[in-house]
Amino acid sequence: MLPTTLRKSLLILLMLMSVGSIFFASASGSVSLGWSEWLSAIQDSNSQHGELIWRLRLPRAAAAWVVGSMLAMSGCLMQVLLRNPLADPYVLGVSGGAAFATLLGMVFGVAAAFLPWLAILGALVSILLVFGLARGTGPWSGTRLLLTGVVTASGWAALISLILSLSPDNSLRGMLFWLMGDLSYSTLPLWSLVVLTGSFVLTMVLARSLNVLAMGETTARLLGEPTRHMLWLVYLLASILTATAVSIAGSIGFVGLIVPHLMRLLVGSDHRILIPAATLFGGLFLVFSDTLARTVLSPQQLPVGVITALLGVPLFLLLLNRARLKGV
Amino acid sequence: MTSLVCQSLDISIAGKHLCNELDFEIEPGQFWGLLGPNGIGKTTLLKCMAGLTTPDRGNVLLENQAIDKLPRRTIARLLGMLQQHTVYVFDASVLETAMTGRHPHLSYWEREGSRDKQKALDAIREVDLEGFEARSVTRLSGGEARRLAFASLMVQEPAILLLDEPTNHLDMKHQIRIMDQVERLVVNDQRCAMVALHDVNLAARYCSHILMLFGEGDWQAGPASDLLNPENLEKLYQCPIETLHTAAGRRFLPGS
Repeated sequence: MLPTTLRKSLLILLMLMSVGSIFFASASGSVSLGWSEWLSAIQDSNSQHGELIWRLRLPRAAAAWVVGSMLAMSGCLMQVLLRNPLADPYVLGVSGGAAFATLLGMVFGVAAAFLPWLAILGALVSILLVFGLARGTGPWSGTRLLLTGVVTASGWAALISLILSLSPDNSLRGMLFWLMGDLSYSTLPLWSLVVLTGSFVLTMVLARSLNVLAMGETTARLLGEPTRHMLWLVYLLASILTATAVSIAGSIGFVGLIVPHLMRLLVGSDHRILIPAATLFGGLFLVFSDTLARTVLSPQQLPVGVITALLGVPLFLLLLNRARLKGV
Repeated sequence: MTSLVCQSLDISIAGKHLCNELDFEIEPGQFWGLLGPNGIGKTTLLKCMAGLTTPDRGNVLLENQAIDKLPRRTIARLLGMLQQHTVYVFDASVLETAMTGRHPHLSYWEREGSRDKQKALDAIREVDLEGFEARSVTRLSGGEARRLAFASLMVQEPAILLLDEPTNHLDMKHQIRIMDQVERLVVNDQRCAMVALHDVNLAARYCSHILMLFGEGDWQAGPASDLLNPENLEKLYQCPIETLHTAAGRRFLPGS
């Protein structure tokens, strides 16, 4: 963990790195631009390079940043909700519902522009299903929520496999890209910025309550939190963030698990600093990953989910191993 | 002054009666010991007194108001409870964890100020965890985690303290230290405490009042001097009790 005095500097560093990542993303690709080319292109959006930057790369980088930060924030919230540092945004089936609806749309030839709305619809169905089934009348039960969510998620996974096995070969590629997470066709709808900003502000207002909730439900109640309302609020907030992210870019893995965990190791578990750190790092991590996905085998493009996993898995195992050596 | 009143409480868990028509009042300056064998419902009763669960019948009154009608935040400013088990899942520092006791006293955007921090540091020193401030709570031993939980409770500064086996996992020195501290809060600050204990002699040494749960709804409450005698203890623990007369008063040993 970093000393307290350095934690604020880390936030500033992450902000600078976010800006840097977007610059990097806009300059690299199948046509990579030097500093002076970039500078002239950014000033003239009608030039060939200007168009490339303003119409293609910057919107995609912005979408990547927003999706990454939403997934990271959602991951932090899910970890508090389930009181498990290994929970991720997809564990309760939100992405499964979105994926099923989207793939179904692809099978029936729904226009690509409507697919994000199908994803939102599928995610909402899944959220309400899990919410309704896990709520019951008794006290809050994290275990019941986890079980309901995990089982719902496996149900969606089975339906997704069913669609994949019945689909014609020529549509499989698009489906697999979507399932692994892909920003190629992503646009950034304005309302997603509202979701991101609104959730961030709300989460920051509740940050100290999240610290207390992370200590367990009874402890939180004894410290003055109306935990039932709070926990459902956290569930809905995390689910809406996940649903929005998935509707933009498909189910990109590992960002929502690794980023919160990594930031916890750096800044500790105080959500007043963890949430902004994870939000910033999630954004820039996905921008870098997506830029790599475009450039590593360029002109061939890879689904970004493959890159986040390929970067994330070894990084995560390394961290976990180091944490074990330290005796956590 | 803040007091806690239990009015004709009926509590049962899993069809087993814990108490029938339980009536008593904890007043400022009183140090109550809660005695009873394993599994008799001491924790359930404490949770009920903290408003965490509702009784089958009867009322718990905090400052003359039904506790289930009060917002948790209001309750948390008046009443604090040390739970029987303390498990920390996430990495947070000892100081941050002690400071969570300030949570009910701060508004949403407010950060802990230097006075809050000082209170946390004082409490950490009181429980002998000085030098551990920056350490992660996931790396504390059982006894240290317990003392930290007690320190958080001190930082919360409730007028009513409910302690569920506070001396669990503690060595003798720290048992005495914590009980001394509760005694100081009760006597000097006129707060009130209810402490579930398994050590009858700690009860004999510190408690002014005793509540005994015998099982099947049977209970007895009153001044410690009236209740702590071999007859009651034999009935309570279902084993022979030997009495030692010491300079500090009567002490009890399991007999044969």
